[in-house]
Amino acid sequence: MKSRAPRTIIDKIWDAHTIVQRDDGDCLLWVDRHFVHEGSHHGFAYTKARGAQVARPDLTFGMADHYVPTRTGAVQPDDTRRMIRQLQENAAQHGITCFGEGHARQGIAHVVAPELGITLPGLLIVCGDSHTSTHGALGAYAFGIGASEVAHVLMTQTIWQSRPKRMRLRIDGTLAPGLSAKDMALSIISRIGTGYAQGCAIEYAGSAVRGLSVEGRLTLCNMSIESGSRLGLIAPDETTFAWLRGRSYAPQGDAFDAAVADWRQLASDDEAVFDREIVLDAKDIAPTATWGTSPEHAAAITAHIPDPASEADPTKAEALRDALAYMDLKPGMALTDIPIDRVFIGSCTNSRIEDLRAAAAVLAGRHAIVPGLVSPGSGTVKRQAEEEGLDRIFTAAGLEWAGPGCSMCVGMNGDVVPAGERCASTTNRNFKGRQGKGSRTHLMSPAMVAAAAVTGHLTDPRLLTEGRQP
Amino acid sequence: MKPFTTLDATACPLGLTNVDTDQLIPARFMQTPRSKGYGQFLFHDLRRDGDGQLRDDFPLNDPRYATCGIVVARKNFGCGSSREAGVYVLVDQGITCVIAPSFGDIFAANSIKNGLLPAVLSEADIEMLLNEPSVVEGRGIRVDLERQQIVAGNRVFDFAIRADWKKQLLNGWDDVDMTRSYAAQIKAFNAADSQTRPWAQPAKQD
Repeated sequence: MKSRAPRTIIDKIWDAHTIVQRDDGDCLLWVDRHFVHEGSHHGFAYTKARGAQVARPDLTFGMADHYVPTRTGAVQPDDTRRMIRQLQENAAQHGITCFGEGHARQGIAHVVAPELGITLPGLLIVCGDSHTSTHGALGAYAFGIGASEVAHVLMTQTIWQSRPKRMRLRIDGTLAPGLSAKDMALSIISRIGTGYAQGCAIEYAGSAVRGLSVEGRLTLCNMSIESGSRLGLIAPDETTFAWLRGRSYAPQGDAFDAAVADWRQLASDDEAVFDREIVLDAKDIAPTATWGTSPEHAAAITAHIPDPASEADPTKAEALRDALAYMDLKPGMALTDIPIDRVFIGSCTNSRIEDLRAAAAVLAGRHAIVPGLVSPGSGTVKRQAEEEGLDRIFTAAGLEWAGPGCSMCVGMNGDVVPAGERCASTTNRNFKGRQGKGSRTHLMSPAMVAAAAVTGHLTDPRLLTEGRQP
Repeated sequence: MKPFTTLDATACPLGLTNVDTDQLIPARFMQTPRSKGYGQFLFHDLRRDGDGQLRDDFPLNDPRYATCGIVVARKNFGCGSSREAGVYVLVDQGITCVIAPSFGDIFAANSIKNGLLPAVLSEADIEMLLNEPSVVEGRGIRVDLERQQIVAGNRVFDFAIRADWKKQLLNGWDDVDMTRSYAAQIKAFNAADSQTRPWAQPAKQD
């Protein structure tokens, strides 16, 4: 038998999904899973306008996350209510399984699909949401698409793509105790910048990545888009298989074992060549937070805010000045001197059970001196957290325990940070106005958000967790 | 979709870096049906001050660029959220070309579906174009997609665009029709794939 040239995991999944390759190199790829949410209404409208049907409703899943209310008694405008209803109606009309408002397993698509085993290694997954890269944590090739592409996938269950550049980002060594995948992700972006990985698919590798739990891997892959890449993924291993076994939409019994045998073949071949390679050492990663208005405006908690005056590139200096003006911060200020007005724990980045445990480990027996909201990523996470008593730790600390959804990460459902307020947040974007008009966002890990809630300013969470079990 | 061939229009020297789609259209406006027009939301919060008044210092508010059909920006334009509304706000405002050194991948793909040309120039050329008098004074420039050229005053810049995107824009092609012409290949793929990847089917429906 002729042996094939060595391939990366990126190529292996790509090749397995290629239906046709055009002369210009673009490929028509088969889509294994498509998640639609309330914001997918443009896609359904296009489909309807063409009088077309949904090609594969069995591979399409509805997830109410962007606009659903998370607080009991929340009053939402009619337009918002209409969008939440529309998702249910579109799903019902086309025979799509829908985890809509009120469903026991409703939650954020990027939390719900992995935890139900809808996400599997080797699948190609799309969703009209840029954080679809999250699913790469289980070894899936997953990326965000726009509304026209949503319509195309609804009608054909396929998508046109150009082959990505392959990039391997290896993190060797062991992450220091008290640090998390979020520190890893922010640290990477602060080093390579938000545009560095444009056009790339990233494979995360190395012992520090292997050492992450599936929850941590989901956080790391989630933030891939913030470095500009199309997606990030991790080759599935024993950690992945153990986590997936028994989940309701995953293959069961012998079928699971057979699938695992196939999934083991997905790992990049030893001799496979990447277009770009970056190697980092885990010991250089510190607890990290953002100070500006782009995820690349991040630094170690022990660092100081950079001075635009010492930036040689005038465009970069101007961008720094603009960010500091919006954030109302001064050059040279210690990150730990940044006061906060509010905290948010949640989002597709950090709303899973381990994230809530890490925050609760800091907050147990303590009081938050600022208000804050905790939104678990799904109904399933919420119930588990309540069984573990985490909800009572949050409420005893003075934080509000809410329902699942995108909530205050993007503010679409009405959970917003008031103008001018500074929020310590476990989310993924610190763009101007992201959490509400005039809001100021500092991105960090759940443990650091919890520490900030206790002290009222950015704080190294390790100072508060010494001797405590996360 | 209307083909894109050449465009003669004034260009707004926006000059911003890392323009994310949350700036192009804040999330709170995305519940609006498209039929109401999205142009009103373009750069909504950057264009206005705290009291909702239009800021004199924001380039799009400058009368010279009020009817611009082109925007010139710095690198990583359209990064962030996948929202296609980030393209709708431009197209509905009559802007069908953005010139920048690089684009967010999803934004660029969304642009093609809506007939908006994401033209790539080097950072050095962008700096030149931002200071080019015909741009600054709002006299209008020409974008020629077939030749991949931007003519501004006496200067000519060669821009880059993916070959397939160029073809699609020039012809105004629709993806769905093209894909449907491959129906037989899709069917053949499915037949083989269900044998090689039986686990790819969701195990349970509830």
